[in-house]
Amino acid sequence: MSDVILEIDGLDSFYGDFQALFGVSMQINKGEIIAVIGANGAGKSTLMRSVTGLLTNKPEMVRFGGTSIGGLRADQIAAMGIAMVPEGRQLFPSLSVEENLIVGGQSGRSGDWSLDGVYELFPVLAERRNQASTSLSGGQQQMVAIGRALMSNPDLLLFDEISLGLAPIIIKSIYEALPGVIGTGMSAIVVEQDITRAMDISDRVYCLQEGRVSLEGKSDAVSRDDISKAYFGV
Amino acid sequence: MSATANYTVVRFSTPSRIAAVAAIVILIVLACAPLWAGRADMRLLSELFLYMALASLWNLLAGYAGLVSVGQQAFVGFGGYCLFGLTIFFGLSPLAAVPIAGLAGALVSVPVAVLIFRLRGAYFAIGTWVIAEVFRLTAAQVSSLGGGSGTSLPVAIVKSIADSRAMREATTYWMALGIVLLVLVLVCVLLRSRRGIALTAIRDNELASQSLGIDIWRAKFFVYVITGGLTAAVGALIFLQKLRISPDAAFSVNDWTAFVIFIVVIGGIGTIEGPIIGTIIFFLLRETLADLGALYLMILGLVAIVIMLRAPKGIWGFVRQKTGFDLFALSRRVIATHPDRRGNNTDNKENAHEPQAT
Amino acid sequence: MDWVNAVIQGILLGGLYALFAAGLSLIFGVMRLVNIAHGDLIVLAAFLGLTVTTTLGINPLLSIAIVAPFMGLLGYGLQRLVLNRTLGDDILPPLLVTFGLSVIIQNGLLELYSADPQKMSAGAIETASVGLPGGLNIGVLPMLMFATAVVVIGVLQWIFYRSAWGRAFRATSDNQDIAQLMGLNKSHVFGLAMALALVVVAIAGIFLGVRTSFDPSAGPGRLIFGFEAVIIGGLGNLWGTLVGGIILGVCQNIGAQINPGWQLLAGHIAFLVILAIRPRGLFPRIDG
Repeated sequence: MSDVILEIDGLDSFYGDFQALFGVSMQINKGEIIAVIGANGAGKSTLMRSVTGLLTNKPEMVRFGGTSIGGLRADQIAAMGIAMVPEGRQLFPSLSVEENLIVGGQSGRSGDWSLDGVYELFPVLAERRNQASTSLSGGQQQMVAIGRALMSNPDLLLFDEISLGLAPIIIKSIYEALPGVIGTGMSAIVVEQDITRAMDISDRVYCLQEGRVSLEGKSDAVSRDDISKAYFGV
Repeated sequence: MSATANYTVVRFSTPSRIAAVAAIVILIVLACAPLWAGRADMRLLSELFLYMALASLWNLLAGYAGLVSVGQQAFVGFGGYCLFGLTIFFGLSPLAAVPIAGLAGALVSVPVAVLIFRLRGAYFAIGTWVIAEVFRLTAAQVSSLGGGSGTSLPVAIVKSIADSRAMREATTYWMALGIVLLVLVLVCVLLRSRRGIALTAIRDNELASQSLGIDIWRAKFFVYVITGGLTAAVGALIFLQKLRISPDAAFSVNDWTAFVIFIVVIGGIGTIEGPIIGTIIFFLLRETLADLGALYLMILGLVAIVIMLRAPKGIWGFVRQKTGFDLFALSRRVIATHPDRRGNNTDNKENAHEPQAT
Repeated sequence: MDWVNAVIQGILLGGLYALFAAGLSLIFGVMRLVNIAHGDLIVLAAFLGLTVTTTLGINPLLSIAIVAPFMGLLGYGLQRLVLNRTLGDDILPPLLVTFGLSVIIQNGLLELYSADPQKMSAGAIETASVGLPGGLNIGVLPMLMFATAVVVIGVLQWIFYRSAWGRAFRATSDNQDIAQLMGLNKSHVFGLAMALALVVVAIAGIFLGVRTSFDPSAGPGRLIFGFEAVIIGGLGNLWGTLVGGIILGVCQNIGAQINPGWQLLAGHIAFLVILAIRPRGLFPRIDG
């Protein structure tokens, strides 16, 4: 399990003059699921944007499978095998369900996931393949967003706040589906506000506070007290 | 220690004081031009003033109110035709016709604004162009003013400005100087008023300022009408100088909009100094390169593109970024004052940064 | 009968206006860019057609086969090298840069071809006409142009809603960041959209040059006609754009029938009236 797939090394991220991340370092091993937790504004989304290339950084600050990717564009990084289920789902409203999925497979990486595979995982999407993506319920939209990310057969899959704005029962069923999704040898980073869910699903956890890593450890080894200290800084 | 006690907000900086003194000296020298300048120089200076006025007005519209118009030639031409119409048909003196043309320009801009404010952004820009075309085609239908081929200002009307030729030329020169002054002062006053601050807020973030209760439509409407009126007055003066008008010259998109846009972009859009510097550079370029003809215009277009891509705030924006100068004392600065010297900050040069958004 | 004739000619002219408009509509739909130099690019295509026609001695309509790919490449290059850098939240940079481009193209054509009006001759097809009952004669060339416009718009519609390119166009238009996350390089996607738009511009330019005389300053007028057709038809609706072009063409011809000086004025007034009563055009896209 010491095969590192993603290495973040002293990452400083900026929005213009505003610095959002300060020397963040993380490692994700092959097949591992890690959770990133932290309060609003702690830098979780910035971290996701930096890894996927929506924010560019110094090349060597982010390494993926041994290659420095910090300076690459998002579409180049996507082609290398990192996919994201973005916060708030962000489906393409002018595309149908199926078109959303096809665009997800745009980078042309081969692997286990295809349209059929996604429809098998979420049969309800097969029934609605030709509907506008905006006509679906929140939970179904989340399924499309997950399916869209899977279509690129990524080696590393990022989930950004997938429970945000969904009903508890839907969150539950999505989390139940996740192991089946990730279980195929992928690595994953799960960004989550819901600490319990994050700890349950992950092998290891990182907590961010004001742009810095305030805690890191095995998910079953860190205590609630450690977490609330790392979370709120008290 | 309360945070507010340590800062005062000031507008005037030392460079802006020096600039004010220099401006007064320059103004006196320019006002005396009929005593020291030749006829050709005075014509050139008048033209420069009128372009400076047009550029400042377009800058107010596009750089501050976010109304990017490529149809301001509608108002230039309208003002010009008003001058000819008022003097020829109603026997008005040209000196009286200029302000009336301005008033008429403001009036006609009201229905125009109501109509084209329905278009957003770039479509607004082309919409203004359509309006200018409508004005041009309509002017070409007025056969009593020469229709499509235009007409000259009758000699009797020209002579009514003043008896001697020298005095006539001095009068139109002073009027050009007067209107650029009026425009610059008005733009300054407007931008320093509550309305001006609202405008800047709208330019910086339309959505946020809407949520702050700023009536964006009214603020923009106000600027559009003021600009329309003053542009028409400038247009009347332009054609008082030319003494001849035709629809193609009066409503020329190249002369009254393309050049004006280049002036503002080169000088620095969204700054008061930009149009002034841009006009001077434009005239220097024109006087040295105009022999190149079409090639000169291509160079001008290329310069504007390069500036827009490389230094979108133009020459003045670049200077200001490097030095922090403000000649027109327009922006407010937050200045840190030591608690023990509160209220006596005149010699304090330490500029504090504005609080950073987090 | 003059009136019926005017209306029919207006409808056929509308096809040409729809061609002027289609490229404008496409790039606005994909990247929210309004290209002030659009009309000048149409005129540029006409001049290129003229050069190709006179050098190779072929029919101008055939020159489309050379001019269209050339304009497509030009569009891709222009987008990648210049226009992509202007895109963002601020509308000023794209507007002013394309305005500068317009001045450069106009004056470049003036240097190369002089200000003299030019026209391309398409040969016998120009005078061929079909007689209709009632003494009406309809030119074959205007009908061919109208049919081409319908086909071009049909193809654009198909590309936009049925092809992989169109999927990429729509996805990038919806959300540039997320499209990029899916592996779509937006610079390339925008380049393709501009290339496609300029292929249509090439067809429009050649037709313009065959139909009427043109000179380097003719661009802005074509931009305005195209723009009016887009707004009349409703933003984002390609078939609406065709209807917009037809309305514009018919109004101009009716205006000209009343008084030759009113031709352009009538078109502009029709546009302003529609803007006043239906600001979103006749057939706005529901989701637009």
